[in-house]
Amino acid sequence: MGMEPNTKKIDGYVERDNVVIDGMDISGHWNRMLEPRWLQDYSTDAMDWVTSLKGAESLSWCYQCAKCVPVCPVEHVGSYGPRKLVRKVQLGNNLMEDPDLWLCTSCAACLRVCPKAVDMIQIMPALREQAVLEGKIPDELADAFSSMEQHGNPLGQPARKRVAWTKGLDVDVPILSKIQKPVDVLWYVSDYTSYHPRGHDAARAMARVLTTLGIDFAILGQEEKCDGDSPRAAGERGLFEMLAEQNIETFEKYEFDKLVVMDPHAYNAFKNHYPKMGGEYNVLHYTQLLVDYIDKMEFKGSVDATVTYHDPCYLGRHNGEYDAPRKLLEAIPGVKLTEMPHYKATGFCCGGGGGGMWLDGLAADHQSERLSERRVREAVGTGADVLSVACPYEPSRFEDAVKSTGNAGSLDVLDIIELIDRAMHPDAEA
Amino acid sequence: MSNDIFVLIEHRDGVVAETSFELIGKAKELAGESGGAAVAVILGDGAATLTGKLGAADRAIVIDGPGVAQFTPTGYTAALKPVLGEHEPLLMLFPNSAVGMDVAAGLSQAADLPLAAYAVDLKLADGQPVVTSQVYGGKINAEMKFTKGRGIVTVIAGSFPADAGQQDGSPEIQSVSTDASDSRVRFKKLIAPEAGDVDITKESVLVSVGRGVEEEDNIELAQELADALGGAVSASRPVVDAGWLPKTRQVGKSGLKVKPKLYLAVGISGAPEHLEGMRDAELIIAVNSDENAPIFSVAHYGVVGDLFDLLPSLTEKIQERVG
Amino acid sequence: MKILVVMKQVPDLADELEISDDGNSLDPDAVTWVLNEFDDHALEEALQLKDALGGSVAALALGSEAVDKALFTALAKGADEAKKVGEFEGGVSSHVAAEAFAAAIGGMEYDLILTGVQAIDDLDGQVGPLLATKLEIPHVSVVTHVEVSGDAKSVTVHQEYAGGVLAEFEVDLPAVLGIQAARATPRYAPVSRVRQLQKEASLETIDGAPSGTSGLEVERLFVPETGGHAEMIEGDEDEAAEKIVNILEERGLLPK
Repeated sequence: MGMEPNTKKIDGYVERDNVVIDGMDISGHWNRMLEPRWLQDYSTDAMDWVTSLKGAESLSWCYQCAKCVPVCPVEHVGSYGPRKLVRKVQLGNNLMEDPDLWLCTSCAACLRVCPKAVDMIQIMPALREQAVLEGKIPDELADAFSSMEQHGNPLGQPARKRVAWTKGLDVDVPILSKIQKPVDVLWYVSDYTSYHPRGHDAARAMARVLTTLGIDFAILGQEEKCDGDSPRAAGERGLFEMLAEQNIETFEKYEFDKLVVMDPHAYNAFKNHYPKMGGEYNVLHYTQLLVDYIDKMEFKGSVDATVTYHDPCYLGRHNGEYDAPRKLLEAIPGVKLTEMPHYKATGFCCGGGGGGMWLDGLAADHQSERLSERRVREAVGTGADVLSVACPYEPSRFEDAVKSTGNAGSLDVLDIIELIDRAMHPDAEA
Repeated sequence: MSNDIFVLIEHRDGVVAETSFELIGKAKELAGESGGAAVAVILGDGAATLTGKLGAADRAIVIDGPGVAQFTPTGYTAALKPVLGEHEPLLMLFPNSAVGMDVAAGLSQAADLPLAAYAVDLKLADGQPVVTSQVYGGKINAEMKFTKGRGIVTVIAGSFPADAGQQDGSPEIQSVSTDASDSRVRFKKLIAPEAGDVDITKESVLVSVGRGVEEEDNIELAQELADALGGAVSASRPVVDAGWLPKTRQVGKSGLKVKPKLYLAVGISGAPEHLEGMRDAELIIAVNSDENAPIFSVAHYGVVGDLFDLLPSLTEKIQERVG
Repeated sequence: MKILVVMKQVPDLADELEISDDGNSLDPDAVTWVLNEFDDHALEEALQLKDALGGSVAALALGSEAVDKALFTALAKGADEAKKVGEFEGGVSSHVAAEAFAAAIGGMEYDLILTGVQAIDDLDGQVGPLLATKLEIPHVSVVTHVEVSGDAKSVTVHQEYAGGVLAEFEVDLPAVLGIQAARATPRYAPVSRVRQLQKEASLETIDGAPSGTSGLEVERLFVPETGGHAEMIEGDEDEAAEKIVNILEERGLLPK
């Protein structure tokens, strides 16, 4: 493209303490582009306090370039972005009382583009932890924490109902405490899969597929507790530690080779945070397990549909897995894969992460529509029949959004495992 | 010591509580077996004028005095203690109401008499009282006896039929004047609930919401259904305690008793305190995600399902059917 | 203003309660102990009063295996002190509880005692009035409103009756109030804060041997037969809704 004709090449332009160009004095410190410019009119107390928190040190590195703003999903439906939070802290705002503290979904879209590696993924939990210690938590989120603490799941359901989905199933689902023998795969089912009706559909599909493929698996059953990743991201460090301790103690009782999850949040917890708590496992998302079994899959039926895939933030951007889910979808007869404008590393968050799953009330007060609604519109825009997902937060969020955006009947929301199951077992009853 | 069965009569604003008749009826039955008398004990201003309703009792003890003119928990306890000491009845029955709970427990400690609470049934076995109480949220019943063979019982409303104790006319009256009092607790006034927008006791269709609706905003779903049916929204205690609906919409022991033609219990588990308020409704349909919810034991029809899907679907279909 | 909150643990109703082989007690292995919901309200009301008027809140609970967490939780919510009273296995009768609390509280200074109006295992009555009578101080139960007088010598309370009717009483302090509902829902105690306290703080135990008796003999515990059961409507929500509308139409319950 070449330089525009009305720019001038300045000879020997070198950063100097004193520079005057065409009468404009742009003098300044020699490396001023690489450091925050201190605003002497404002006290740095607020920023100093934030950066003194372990994990939040990088907040002050921001130089307000705003690359984070257009990629932040919350900005699309409101006024947000790390840059805004940095500005607030620079100006001395107390984030502890600010709803903005809770709108971040920890999707990592910002970190991906930030030239200074301002790490919101560590900053937000550190800041939120301070708010949590002071008891300043939005009520709906506190209710979810309360339920996780008392019942081991955020849905207020008793532990004994965690295996209700196995009733009447056409295949056997071994429970480790009963079979008391080593298995190849410990399948961690997770909260929403265990308790939500749409989660049950995915769980039952998974059980059938694992069985047909001859995979040696078992589940924890009632002993299984919430992985704790979302409370961790939402600042309840103590709750995460408590749940992790309980789960690790349970895992210790059994012998297994792989820890397979359907939930990217559990994947993130087990892979990246449990090792520090003393639990190290060979963790796989179910798509990463099944992708190696594609050749063994016998498809008796087909799924004739155009399918688009929503990359879960915690499987995609956080943990780099974009391909296994797509390979599985492409292997299903009849599936025509189409991509949304935001896909793979630029995937658009559904709003469920970082505690967002239980902050829809707060979000509604600050957003023009929910992130899941924005994403559903994007899916509909591709002309797809099916929005496929690989995270148990999604079916309820997206099905809700399909209805509220007036698209009921035009777009089905299905976990990848449900599509695989339909093609492998077209005659399965439930 | 006697084989009499004493009953505390609860009254307010010139009206005798229905529970008093339930207890008199049962006292009569037990007294018949024990060979004693069913004795109504009534205190306070206006007590004398209410004795005309207590015809089913064998006797009435009317206690009067400055310390008991109005009900206070400790005033009543102070006045009743000597009466119990003097007569030593086999049993003294109290309703399991605020008044009953407060006075019975205080009296149990003051008079050193055992107390069996939350009774749903009473009988005599070899002259000894046997109390069946409903505890642990209604999940478990306990059958109990008194070690000394006599004691105090608080009875859950609705356990016995009221008509067995309803009879006009006055029983034999014993008037007692007492200067027992406890000035540390002073009655100020009665506060009637704000005349609300809606009187749920007069509605023939109620869509009632419980904890299962999860959030205040979701009550709208119930309101839409109520509108489609020409009824009103009512609630169980947790919804009112949370401030999502006014007290005037509360159904249950500390709320209102309703007998509508249709009672839709949505997201209500069915704790005994709630059932007390609605079990006489003509048609009860319950929706709950828990198949073991106690509400299903009093409902005529039940659905184990998601109310967030069921309510809008129901509203839509009714609107279509009505046209 | 010094407020004492008297609390106890009760079996968690979310579990399947099982009756032990002897037939007259609960199987302790099947019981998870949780704080009595109404005592949680009493604690919240106490903390609200402290937030508004200053002073201090001390939480007292019967000593048992599972009670430590409840007391640390009370501290995490803002109580100033938390003490265990005696050592008891599992559940005790309200009379025994009241005796133990009375013995512990006898030597303390306080203005107001709050406790939950009732608990699910109150076979022999509610702890509040029993405790008050033992301490020879006044009591009012089923309280939904607490207002302290200007000179902090009395409180105005509302006692709740059926139909939403309330009685307003003025009660001289010190007194025991049985709380039905706090003025706000009990606040969440962040696990992070509870754990911080579990590491940093320790709980004091006030000695007390169980004494007293309920005067009741439990002959047997049994699961009540539900007299009848609803006819369950099958199908998904849409199908169920259709069936319900049919039932309503048959019964003439649809508006004309």
